Amino acid sequence: MISTILFYLFAILTCGSAVAVCVSGNVVRLATALLGTLAGVAGLYFLLHAEFLAAVQLVIYAGGTLILIVFGIMLTNRLAYQLYTPRRAERGLAVALGVVLLVTLVTGILSTHSPQGSEVHPPRSYPIHALGQALLGDFLIPFELASVILLVVMIGAAFLSKRRVRKERGQ
Amino acid sequence: MNIAAISFAHVGLSHYLIVGSILFACGVVTILTKRNAIGMLIGVELVLNAANVNLVAYNFFGHGGTPDAPRLDGQIFAIFVIVIAAAEAAVALAIFLNFYNNFASINVDDASDLKG
Repeated sequence: MISTILFYLFAILTCGSAVAVCVSGNVVRLATALLGTLAGVAGLYFLLHAEFLAAVQLVIYAGGTLILIVFGIMLTNRLAYQLYTPRRAERGLAVALGVVLLVTLVTGILSTHSPQGSEVHPPRSYPIHALGQALLGDFLIPFELASVILLVVMIGAAFLSKRRVRKERGQ
Repeated sequence: MNIAAISFAHVGLSHYLIVGSILFACGVVTILTKRNAIGMLIGVELVLNAANVNLVAYNFFGHGGTPDAPRLDGQIFAIFVIVIAAAEAAVALAIFLNFYNNFASINVDDASDLKG
């Protein structure tokens, strides 16, 4: 019962913030609404008994990626914190595409036979040591590749963001 | 499409999938309508979160193990998605900063040097 109420609370938080991201006209409000979405998704992870993933979501996404985005906004906006509004036709096309996508996905989800109630045994909890053993056992190669990617990204980001003045063309 | 099949009191897999699809549609609309490069990046984050919600929901409702020893593939996938998303955001912001230093703008429509 309480988990149902919590689900709808987190779902409304997630979807409401996502819609706010869609319609917001200010890039700082966009980042704030993204924080709501990330927190709501972390709550959904808690309800799905993925506690470690919820903590990772809050620490890395809300604590790391979002701070990075906010720094990007502060460093790249000298004038107003503005979005450049697209043309009306472009916006209409995008919204139409989004509505078609949403209706198609929801129709597909509702029309497929949902496995709820039939031979589903939701886990009581996910043991955290099993997660660690899976990461260093079955998924060792992706794990190591992820660490290589992080190293490459760290070097690449430091190299790319170095301030270099572009030479004038024709000289 | 039978709406009667989905009950509001009993939260099942469909509910999480619908939340994921709403997130995905909002992300796509954000990518398409925002002209600010950072706004587009935020749209990409929404899409990645939608995928993550689906992965974790499927791992909860359709894992292949027993209730005491569930399989964790979906969660591991979600962890890798989060790692890749952090890496992608770092590189994208570095590129945007470089672009801003050269063009004094963050509007993606200004990046038209390679246009024929």
